[in-house]
Amino acid sequence: MTFLTQVLNGLQLGSIYALVALGYTMVYGIILLLNFAHGDIIMVGAYISWIVMAQMGFHPAIAILLSVVGCTLLGVMIDKVAYAPLRNAPRLSILITAIGVSYFLENGAQLVFGADAKVVPPYFDASPLSFGSVQLSPIALLTIAVTVVSTAILTFLVQKTKLGKAMRAVSEDMGAARLMGINVNTTISFTFAVGSALAGIGAVLYAMAYTQATPTMGIMLGTKAFVAAVLGGIGSIPGAVIGGLLVGFAEVFVSAIGLSVWKDAVVFLLLIIVLIVRPTGILGRTMNEKV
Amino acid sequence: MRFEKISRRSFVRLMGVTAAGMGSSVVVTACGGSSGGSSDTIKIGVMGPYSGDVAQYGLPCRYGAELYFEQINSQGGIGGKQVELNEQDEKGDATEAVNVYNKLVEDGVVAILGDITSTPTIAVAQASVADNMPMVTPVATAADVVNQGGNNVFRACFTDPYQGKLMADFAAERGLKTVGIIYNVGGDYEVGVTEAFKDEAAKKGISITSEQAYQAGDADFNSQITSILSTSPDAIFCPNYYQDTGKIITQARKQGFSGSFIGTDGWTAISNPEGQSYASGQDLQNCYYCAAFSANDEDEKVQQFVSDYKAKFNETPTSFCAMGYDAAMVLAEGIKAALDSGVSDLASDDGRQAIIDGIKNGTVDGVSGQISYPKNGDPAKSTLIIGFEPDGTEKVEESVPYQE
Repeated sequence: MTFLTQVLNGLQLGSIYALVALGYTMVYGIILLLNFAHGDIIMVGAYISWIVMAQMGFHPAIAILLSVVGCTLLGVMIDKVAYAPLRNAPRLSILITAIGVSYFLENGAQLVFGADAKVVPPYFDASPLSFGSVQLSPIALLTIAVTVVSTAILTFLVQKTKLGKAMRAVSEDMGAARLMGINVNTTISFTFAVGSALAGIGAVLYAMAYTQATPTMGIMLGTKAFVAAVLGGIGSIPGAVIGGLLVGFAEVFVSAIGLSVWKDAVVFLLLIIVLIVRPTGILGRTMNEKV
Repeated sequence: MRFEKISRRSFVRLMGVTAAGMGSSVVVTACGGSSGGSSDTIKIGVMGPYSGDVAQYGLPCRYGAELYFEQINSQGGIGGKQVELNEQDEKGDATEAVNVYNKLVEDGVVAILGDITSTPTIAVAQASVADNMPMVTPVATAADVVNQGGNNVFRACFTDPYQGKLMADFAAERGLKTVGIIYNVGGDYEVGVTEAFKDEAAKKGISITSEQAYQAGDADFNSQITSILSTSPDAIFCPNYYQDTGKIITQARKQGFSGSFIGTDGWTAISNPEGQSYASGQDLQNCYYCAAFSANDEDEKVQQFVSDYKAKFNETPTSFCAMGYDAAMVLAEGIKAALDSGVSDLASDDGRQAIIDGIKNGTVDGVSGQISYPKNGDPAKSTLIIGFEPDGTEKVEESVPYQE
């Protein structure tokens, strides 16, 4: 039974990593930008939930809605303010800008909310469900379900809709897409919106499971999710999910065999091994650099 | 209580912020009544970090001490003499602290209340041995503070290992036979307490069923908790700071654990029904930790202190304020004993020794418990075991007398 619970723990943790990794992968897929501020968008989402529920006393449903909408708007705004002006700049400039945005959000949050952890109230009554001798956390089940549904919707969006087609076209060749009449800026904004909405969902699930928001909570979460995205093959949607689950399971099982101190080391070791064996990640495809 | 941890700092931050505007190095008479420097006042040096990173520890200790000496002065002082405080900021720095110490000695203080954080306190303790200067630190917990070769250094607080031992005794007394442990492997405080707990648990016949570690910054403890729960322990020992402890208790309750959690004074501030709680009152049922002081203690003396402190500073005192108050009391009683013994000049070598003897032989009824010094500068003092009401309000379960 312990094994089953550990599998569930791994699925829960992996699902949150997967959701965050999807955001990384979407943005990277379209403009080859590692959006280092992505983890911090989640942090902002968790604080929005805290403000809405703990400070203003509104219903959790409003908190969920505002967290997701808030993250979406923040993501689009970051793109418009910080990244869009650098669309034609060298890739390094925009990467450095992303790090700057990340610091800005972290320190901004510390200034506004203080360095203390803020406790996000429970969204719903999450008493454990008992099945015989097995106790299952409803939050874990919800997290897994939400990730599955989000991934399905995202895949449909990218593969079957017109906007998805535009996204794939922009990702393939921005110049040619523009020539074919695709509004590149709108498409990129839309990608940021979708990626950040996923971050918002991730923020809500994170706050449900771990109940506290701190200014620096996005750093490790973002780093792990980035590892997950690279493991799975950055730019690939199923890759991000596989990578996320892999990182989640690795952490949980390293802890389960009594080596919890080593879990971060194991995750990064996994990354190194995969990159040596398959430099593009598990599902990544090789892209020919145009020089 | 250790001071390397950022997390611990936060609960007295409020205090630090409100006082940030105050002067960093000031000489005040604790009560307006007496004129400075005359021979019928008793000069006491008060030192600590009043600006910089760790000011949030220094200031509440200073406020507690100021409150005590103000009360003493309004009651006629010690042996008829008013107390004059010479307050110096050492900014949390060991070198600065020794400079401040030397300045206080030059100014002719008869004793020192301080220092606050462990590293500068050790430096000052080393310097003070040569002068045989009576010194009482309110909150420095490192073992080395009182082991500098002299007999002149005392502390008002209990040490980290003492807490670990105490909680193992508590577990044994409550009939908890099997205990799982989860602790932050990167923290001196958590590791020190855990080691002491394990030693004492072995002596008391408690078996440790599972020992799980985590690292600072971790948020997901589910895997470790599942591993612990698979050994079905009666209790989980969680000697971590309140933010981590809050997450651990919440996650364990979600996994269906209904047994006890036991912890140490790092839990202080975990539950505050009027402010922010890191775990719900419901989840905190059957959870206990030890602390020197609780503002919810119904003891008359404690309630008097809480209302006096609120009247002066408009805030509920934290344990730091209480320790400052008690350190001041220890010092005052020592000085009183010295005056009673008939020494004419407290600042002379004989005077200093008389104060040290006074502290050593005296027993003080402080707001953080009864304090005496049977062996060395480590106090023998009672400890509170604190539990929680269903709404999360702290309640004092019992007061445990000092045990060797």
